[in-house]
Amino acid sequence: MANHNHNAQDMARNFSASRRAYNGVMRALIYLASAIVVALLVFLLCYIFYRGIPNLSLEFLTSEESVRNDTQGIGPAILNTLYVIIATLIVVLPLGVGAAIYLTEYATNRKLVSAIEFATETLAGIPSIIYALVGVLVFAESLALGKTLIAGAFTLVIMTLPTVIRTTQESLKTVPLSYREGSLGLGSGKWHMIRTVVLPSSIDGIITGCILSIGRIVGESAVLLYTVGMSMRMQDFFQNGLESFFSASGSTLSVALYVYAKVRADFDLAFSVAVVLIVITLVINLAAKFLGKKFKKK
Amino acid sequence: MKEKSLSNPPAERNQGDLRRQTKSGSKHALEKTMKLIFFICGFIAIAFVLVITIYLIISGLPAIREIGLVNFLFGTEWASTAKEPKFGILPLILTSVYGTAGAIVIGVPIGFLMAVFLSKVAPRRVAAIIRPVVDLLAGIPSIVYGLVGLMVLVPFIRETFNTAAGESLLASIVVLAVMILPSIISVSETALNAVPREYEEASLALGATEIETYFRVSAPAAKSGIAAAVVLGVGRAIGEAMAIMMVAGNVANMPDLLSSVRFLTTGIAVELAYSSGLQRQALFSIGLVLFLFIMCINVILNVFLKQDKEG
Repeated sequence: MANHNHNAQDMARNFSASRRAYNGVMRALIYLASAIVVALLVFLLCYIFYRGIPNLSLEFLTSEESVRNDTQGIGPAILNTLYVIIATLIVVLPLGVGAAIYLTEYATNRKLVSAIEFATETLAGIPSIIYALVGVLVFAESLALGKTLIAGAFTLVIMTLPTVIRTTQESLKTVPLSYREGSLGLGSGKWHMIRTVVLPSSIDGIITGCILSIGRIVGESAVLLYTVGMSMRMQDFFQNGLESFFSASGSTLSVALYVYAKVRADFDLAFSVAVVLIVITLVINLAAKFLGKKFKKK
Repeated sequence: MKEKSLSNPPAERNQGDLRRQTKSGSKHALEKTMKLIFFICGFIAIAFVLVITIYLIISGLPAIREIGLVNFLFGTEWASTAKEPKFGILPLILTSVYGTAGAIVIGVPIGFLMAVFLSKVAPRRVAAIIRPVVDLLAGIPSIVYGLVGLMVLVPFIRETFNTAAGESLLASIVVLAVMILPSIISVSETALNAVPREYEEASLALGATEIETYFRVSAPAAKSGIAAAVVLGVGRAIGEAMAIMMVAGNVANMPDLLSSVRFLTTGIAVELAYSSGLQRQALFSIGLVLFLFIMCINVILNVFLKQDKEG
């Protein structure tokens, strides 16, 4: 809208004093609120970078913590984060995409659809500390996985499932009906149609779901703090084959931040981890936006 | 199936039918399995919700039964590790309620005004710069907010109000308010953008100024979306644990703006790592209470979102 013209008009009109005051005050409040938010954000980012960057070095990012070598490092934490991301995605992707396919392609029972959608919304609304409880109860104790990366990953599967279902569903909905009819009309079965026509056309939605899930996993701390353990040592995931793979435990990036800040009161290192986390978040946001744009063009 | 309705020339029919039947037999089996697999995937979300609910109820009820529902919910003292342990979570509940209310009181007006700015007032180019920045605010991990709160806000409160420790309800409220801002901004902005232009044009044509139009026409027209934003903010604030764990001080006092407090969420988080026995069961009971709160909020949110879709 052309605000400036209107502004000038507003001035020129002959308003009552109270009306003019209302307009002025509300406009001032709008600008004030916006200025507060922007200033806050600029301050947050500058402060974190100011405190965190001086300690950031290649060595800090790659080495493990060792008293003997006198090194501090988050190399293990980065690897553990990657491990959790991969393990979570391997499980959540088929489940989430499958659920979305069921909802958009197969489901005919409206009640069941709304029940599944309600369940998905509920999962999305449950706070992470409840997931932490569930992770400890179900995966670490009932299924006897212990405090391991895999227990954390399974808990995160439940947490990220709604994200994957929703984004996949959105993109499945954008696949034109004519594609499906064309494929079915040529005699392919439903599964064949989904595999060869529907899924390839909605791949970018699925990738967006992945990226958003990664963002959620990287930023998650409550669940991981209680399920993956706090060790900052390097793991050998492949030492004993599958066994060491499933029994590996150790802190991820967000847990490392917590350990530095709350357990060791080493705030400068905590800020360095915060910088790493923010950079990852930024990259994830940009990637999701880029894909979203591509998505819209189609 | 469609294949059956196709008619073939009589001579080839037998052979063709035979081939098609065996082929469509295996195809049929595959189709059926795939349908079943997808059904299971779809059902898993429901199964997860059921598992979580059942687990929380089963593990949350014993402690409530042992402590007594009234003592548990309305007891004013939480001393889980004392010789004669007391498990009253009233301070935790009140802290969560006050903390959330405080965050809403600060966050909603600022977020709403910012949404009006982005949706109506700001030139397009400015809005296009600010919007991703707000998205970034949403993506910053909660523990980072906690860290900045701990390093900036807590000392500030300690010095301004001359208290022994700056870790307080006030610090938590400010951190929560900042954390709910992005969702309030983006949901209300979407709602404001969805208001039909004709409403605003009619208002302007009748002589209202732009500001009057935004607040007296656009905002009421978008009210269910804005209500959804508020409820979403409530859900976020009441469920946040890690950020406020770093700034709240975590002593289970009755809530007071400048004293150290413990929320429902932090009540679980602080003791989860080392608790055992009845203490641990009590944590699950807190989880159950929190879960009930969240479920109520979700139901309310769904009502508003549905209204928004219909309206």
